[in-house]
Amino acid sequence: MSPGILGRKIGMTQVFRADGQVVPVTVLRAGPCVVVQRKTPTTDGYNAVQLGLQEYVKASRINKPETGHLKKANADGVRFLRELRLQPGDDDLKTGDRVLVDQFKAAEKVDVIGVSKGRGFAGIMKRHNFKGGPESHGSMFHRAPGSIGASSFPSRVFPGMRMAGHMGDQQVTIRNLEIVQVDIEDNVILVKGAVPGPNGGYVLVRRSKR
Amino acid sequence: MQNAVLSKIIEKNKKPSITAFRPGDTIRVHVKIREGDKERLQIFEGTLIARNNTGMGETITVRKISFGQGVERIFPIHAPVVDHIDMVRTGRVRRAKLYYLRGLKGKAARLKERE
Repeated sequence: MSPGILGRKIGMTQVFRADGQVVPVTVLRAGPCVVVQRKTPTTDGYNAVQLGLQEYVKASRINKPETGHLKKANADGVRFLRELRLQPGDDDLKTGDRVLVDQFKAAEKVDVIGVSKGRGFAGIMKRHNFKGGPESHGSMFHRAPGSIGASSFPSRVFPGMRMAGHMGDQQVTIRNLEIVQVDIEDNVILVKGAVPGPNGGYVLVRRSKR
Repeated sequence: MQNAVLSKIIEKNKKPSITAFRPGDTIRVHVKIREGDKERLQIFEGTLIARNNTGMGETITVRKISFGQGVERIFPIHAPVVDHIDMVRTGRVRRAKLYYLRGLKGKAARLKERE
């Protein structure tokens, strides 16, 4: 059994449970995936699988070294590769095996890893949820960070001080999301709640460890 | 534009048999009511004055006059609480939202039947 599957975020919607409850869900197109490489303790020092998401990719978009690497597993149309660790003794996956959504069931818990939407150079209110100041009544303090430290002692700003800077476009893991539905026909998983990244963004869906 | 796969998933989760009705129509909504461990159907009959949202979250606003008092209920039509919806009569209207009916009473609030 594969420890995870690769996919793309499609968008969000909502579904109704049998008891009438509404569940917000993210639709993920997951798989078909191929095991591109099997890493074993004897050859690599640890036990892992490298999965590749099979989709339509122009051959010219994949560089030559990568094409050679994919050829070993007979996997074409793979652009997104991710490695997942295996438990020792977990040996049922071989190179060239396919991983499909039918390995997942509703009510299972998964972690979803993606790259969050980039926000560019963001100020402290957006980036760190600072309160800012009043907008009117003669206030001259609107979105500035305020004091960032004392004066002649220590004469420097302590490292780690929260300031404006680049926000988003980072790897984000959302743990313990519930699988609401699995659609084998369309290779689709419906996961409860939101998932990092834009629609169309690549995500790694991993079985939750706890 | 909505993704084709997403549309397909929504289509699959929608209720298969929602009768075609338009604003202005008089409809009968059968709502599941739980009383203890028994379940029964309650009927809400009135004029459909608005359809809001699309996809799974689509709702309808139904207005009726109950004991001289205007009453409106909003139903999420794909929710399991709505058992089914019957058509009573059609109504010819020229707009999608019939909020103007709220200001009308009696004979003025009537709607002509659609051919």
